[in-house]
Amino acid sequence: MSIRDTVAIVGAAESDVWESQGRSPIGLMAQAIKRALDDAGLRKDDVDGLFTASSYYHMPALNLSEYLKIFPRYVDSTTIGGCSFVSHIQHAAAAIQAGLCEVAVIAYGSTQRSDRGKLVSMAEWLPYEEPYGLQHPISSFGMIAHRHMAEYGTTSEQLAEIAVSARQWAMKNPKAPYPRPLTVEDVVSSRMVSSPLHKFDCCLVTDGGGAMVITSVDRAKDLNSKPIYVLGAGEAANHRNILGMDDLTTTEAVSSSQRAYAMAGVGPADFDTVHVYDAFTISALIQLEDLGFCKKGEGGSFVENGRIAPGGELPVNTNGGGLSYCHPGMLSMFLLLEAVAQLRDEAGERQIPDAQLSLVHGMGGALAGHATAVLSNRRG
Amino acid sequence: MAATKPIPTLRGEEKVYFEEAKNGRLVYQLCRDCAQRIFYPRTVCTNCMSENLEYVASAGKGTIYSFTTLHVPGHPEFADDVPYTVVLVDLEEGVRVLADLVDCDPDDVKVGMSVEVLFEAVTEDFTVPRFRPSAQ
Repeated sequence: MSIRDTVAIVGAAESDVWESQGRSPIGLMAQAIKRALDDAGLRKDDVDGLFTASSYYHMPALNLSEYLKIFPRYVDSTTIGGCSFVSHIQHAAAAIQAGLCEVAVIAYGSTQRSDRGKLVSMAEWLPYEEPYGLQHPISSFGMIAHRHMAEYGTTSEQLAEIAVSARQWAMKNPKAPYPRPLTVEDVVSSRMVSSPLHKFDCCLVTDGGGAMVITSVDRAKDLNSKPIYVLGAGEAANHRNILGMDDLTTTEAVSSSQRAYAMAGVGPADFDTVHVYDAFTISALIQLEDLGFCKKGEGGSFVENGRIAPGGELPVNTNGGGLSYCHPGMLSMFLLLEAVAQLRDEAGERQIPDAQLSLVHGMGGALAGHATAVLSNRRG
Repeated sequence: MAATKPIPTLRGEEKVYFEEAKNGRLVYQLCRDCAQRIFYPRTVCTNCMSENLEYVASAGKGTIYSFTTLHVPGHPEFADDVPYTVVLVDLEEGVRVLADLVDCDPDDVKVGMSVEVLFEAVTEDFTVPRFRPSAQ
């Protein structure tokens, strides 16, 4: 038994992004859910599976049930950091296949920008780390980047190429906030925050929410939206705190992606678009390695010369990603929504012609939790 | 003047670790059943899940596995300290600890550098291990 090709994303929508104009985090979730249901041609009362994760609400599925008066028979608020929504796809597929629900909604909302641009987190500190003044999460990624540099000779200029490419994609996205180019020099001369990471090695801090509606492939046939099929999915985890990450340069993205590739019967060379978790330049680089797009340690040279920029051979984060479009604390909802936009041929100026197969990979914490999904506009 | 630095709420094994630090000992655990060396202290062995664990003092010497220097304070209480460096140290006994690095210019910090532990009382009741470049 497998969840391969058993469910489809039939509704997908973003809330208003960047600044929330007086809306609460759960208000943004609700706005996105309404839009996603409209997209699917479904109503609130059709929803019987509710999936969410949050940095604001301790029991977010309960908040959402109350706020929207949705009364699910299947509830899942698995929280493994920013990749939680990719993991919800796999969980929703399993629940739908088991008959535990039929129409699942996955939702997220956050007002991190309106909250004075500070990362909102309910994360508890490890007592062995707390006394030393780490800045969560950038200091962990600083240590990851320094180790990658020491082992493989990766440079700040190579990391900067990732931010430069993201900005080039963002300039094709009318909703992205900074419609002007970024150079390698701009990145490496920006303020050092937690070495070796500069301000422009870091994602934006924005408001934003999103929602997806998932149902069985059979139910999808009765709906008017263009279904996006889930061909493969995989999860993995191996630590929580940076002290518990034994190898700072190789992650469990290797395991989660291999699980997803095996389920879908595909490999890295097959994807038309790739969506990876670019909270930091270094997080994207290590994921590209671990997902199999280049060998371990070669990520720095891989991203040079515009390979992941518009016109390059591997389209990565075509909406501008967390680095240059939108990062409301937990990014993977936006990775998924951009993959859906590409596969529906709705990505406007940044559309990859005839995109049929997309890879979405999310991480949670500092490369701690991992979830991979293989999506397609064709049945597997 | 900066406000009080964060002092974690300690439970169980965490209390033992910081109590030992107050006595000038950087401890890890040794599993008496499978010889696994464990950091940070736990109730069961990370390898065989035995509860038959003993605390062992490290010699406090190791090398920097990785580091980051904060130019923006992680908390307001560290505003007077920037730039300061946090290190992951692989101890000679084979376990890894996290702490800050003192007595070292941030520009001189390198992966692989030899360091040794020292202890600093944050308050009368709470002492933390820190590292500095090795004497030699």
